[in-house]
Amino acid sequence: MIDALILTILMTSVPLVLAATGELVVERSGVLNLGLEGMMLMGAVSAFAFTYATGSLFIGLLAGIISGAVTAAIFGFFVLGLATNQVATGLALTIFGTGLSGLIGADFVGNAITGLPTLFPKHFGDIPFIGAFLSLDIVAYSSVIIVFLVWVFLFKTKTGLILRASGISHDSAHSLGYSVLKVRWCAVLFGGMMAGLSGAYLPLMLTPHWSEGMTSGRGWIALALVVFASWMPSRIIYGAILFGTITIMQLAGQARGWTIPPQLLSSLPYLATILVLVLISIRGSAKHAAPSNLTIPFISSK
Amino acid sequence: MKPRSALLQSHDISKSFGSFIANDKINFNILEGEIHGLLGENGAGKSTFVKMVYGLLEPSMGEFFWNGNPIKIPGPQEARNFGIGMVFQHFSLFPTLTVIENIQLALSETQPLPELRKTIIEKSQEFGIFVDPDTYIRDLSVGEQQRVEILRCLLQNPKLLIMDEPTSVLTPQESQQLFKILKILAKTGCSVLFISHKLKEVKEITQRATILRRGQVVDTVISSEVSTGQLAKMMVGNDPQNVRKKIEHKSTKILVKISGLCRPANTPFSTPLLDINLDVKAGEIVGIAGIAGNGQSELMEVLTGEWRSKDSIDVLDVLGVDIRDYSPHRRRQMGIGFMPEERNGHSAVMNMTLTENTLLTNHNNPEIQKNSIIENNNLENLTSNIIHDYDVRTPIQNPLASSLSGGNLQKFVVGRELIKKPRVFFVAQPTWGVDIGATKFIRNAIIELANEGCGIIVISQDLEELFELADSVSVLFRGKLSERKPVKELNSQKIGLLMGGEDVSFISRGI
Repeated sequence: MIDALILTILMTSVPLVLAATGELVVERSGVLNLGLEGMMLMGAVSAFAFTYATGSLFIGLLAGIISGAVTAAIFGFFVLGLATNQVATGLALTIFGTGLSGLIGADFVGNAITGLPTLFPKHFGDIPFIGAFLSLDIVAYSSVIIVFLVWVFLFKTKTGLILRASGISHDSAHSLGYSVLKVRWCAVLFGGMMAGLSGAYLPLMLTPHWSEGMTSGRGWIALALVVFASWMPSRIIYGAILFGTITIMQLAGQARGWTIPPQLLSSLPYLATILVLVLISIRGSAKHAAPSNLTIPFISSK
Repeated sequence: MKPRSALLQSHDISKSFGSFIANDKINFNILEGEIHGLLGENGAGKSTFVKMVYGLLEPSMGEFFWNGNPIKIPGPQEARNFGIGMVFQHFSLFPTLTVIENIQLALSETQPLPELRKTIIEKSQEFGIFVDPDTYIRDLSVGEQQRVEILRCLLQNPKLLIMDEPTSVLTPQESQQLFKILKILAKTGCSVLFISHKLKEVKEITQRATILRRGQVVDTVISSEVSTGQLAKMMVGNDPQNVRKKIEHKSTKILVKISGLCRPANTPFSTPLLDINLDVKAGEIVGIAGIAGNGQSELMEVLTGEWRSKDSIDVLDVLGVDIRDYSPHRRRQMGIGFMPEERNGHSAVMNMTLTENTLLTNHNNPEIQKNSIIENNNLENLTSNIIHDYDVRTPIQNPLASSLSGGNLQKFVVGRELIKKPRVFFVAQPTWGVDIGATKFIRNAIIELANEGCGIIVISQDLEELFELADSVSVLFRGKLSERKPVKELNSQKIGLLMGGEDVSFISRGI
């Protein structure tokens, strides 16, 4: 019983980790993409459609990643190419993604596919204590590796340093001769791919079917998670498991008739995020501060 | 000794923004190992020029020659490849990164961190610049931040180092330290382009200097062969007009009367005002000296009406009216003009146009606002009158306040108040950070206003300014105002002692 619960929590955390890691890189470069939910839905519907049509989960995942990137490119065109307001454009992207994914997915509602297999043989799951951790799929394990690689990239490589620098002061980065827009384009596309992959995980693994608006707010939780993690990759994993636990408790609680109102539980991730923001501003640590040029468009004067 | 060859030559370099010509055929050269001054008033085109050398702006016309070869500098990366380094007036550092990370970003080749740390320490010893590689930039003082910038440039082994107004943020001691570094650097064969509007510095540190005025080169001179007076004349265009003499006022009519003003400190960082008494007669200029943070901004807020209280002030009468609970707007309607210290954001809104900034203090004028509708023609006329009468130089018709240089914006803000011929005028730091020409202009305008019978309070840290303007001076020290003395009985040493709180008789009274 407990094993099943842990497994569900872990699987719920995976899309949060993926989407939040992508968004973390985007925000570190100085761009806030509030269109996470929209990009995830586009990834989800494409992944489902391609898997349903071809029967290949691999093609499905790939389609999810590509459509996430394409959706992010629309965002990039506006906020980087035309220097539009990032908050407004991001919100518009969510509305756009929700609508378009619903339209594309209308014919797929009610169909089912076979989800991703577990990476290790089924009976590994029976091992006490660690069974749940061995019953996951390849994407789940990859997500941890991706977080590690993103950490190495951001804090151990020169390119990562340039990306962080662009988020702190784009004018300084520009005057040192770095192409701020190029850096941000790469970050935004990476964020889109991660959001697409995160979206693809939902119909391919979590619930092997498509339904309209199936992300049900996970994009927003992932956005809160980036702040919760104070822009540090490793903390995304703890945060995602915490937020995943809250989500599952809410469902489990409803099933068992707990007296805690589910609305209160679902507000917990956001309350935790606010608490973290307060802590950040009290401690005033430079390492964990928000990128100071977040949401500020870069316009080069020549 | 063999003649030194020109490292960088500027040939007919021009830059225009729309119809505004910022640089007009700039011709001069910088020799190898030379400290070359680029002197000019705010808005003369110095920053525009160096931005072109560093590849941040593209010249509209003309060519640069590097060691005699024509070159194009499309961007900062290319500039650095040539060996051009630049220390900006507003630094290009990343506050939430460490010193070593900031330096790493500026280097083209990637060095492992331990090795880089070693190189940094070696270089800092060579030039006597000491900074801890692992501190965050935001925890450093301004002077230390500048040293990081310089160190960062030095690690790229530059052949030409551009320093844009480097001393504007430094204390005199820090400036001296900087000059030492620059001299060592020049000895190693690196050229320095030193941009400044401070004459003494340019004479002290540079070998030759090129003077810019209104985007054109006036002359290139050997610094040791000219006097600061000659430099000033070339920079401003004519003999900087001396400040007019003030007429002795004979009026006995008191325009401003303040007594028993006690203002408690409302934050841990503000200074309480302790029993301030002051009166100003028609045609009189009262100067208030003091080191910043001794209650100047608190006093100014009382005068403008940003802070109001009936309980803490016994008397605050202006033109015979009790204005203790009058808002700034109502005070303006009475004919009081005021100009707070901070022009960026306090006396002017930076991302509004000059016309809009004019509207902000003139909307109660029936000429400007009729039946709640703005009379745009009248407003534009008023704005262009201010621009014309107060010699505000604007890059375009009706620009944003932020696009004016400090001196020009200050002239605009002064003009906006004075064009209304106020009967009482309160002003703080009228010429802070403003070039010579604009300073003289503003001081003359204030004196002229007093000669017409206006009562004026000038709060300033600049003693020279107070000696030129004021009839009498008081010193504000820890919220307490010293006894007022006629300017004739004072010298800077006496005021200096008061500013440091040395006057025993006045300390023992009250505190």
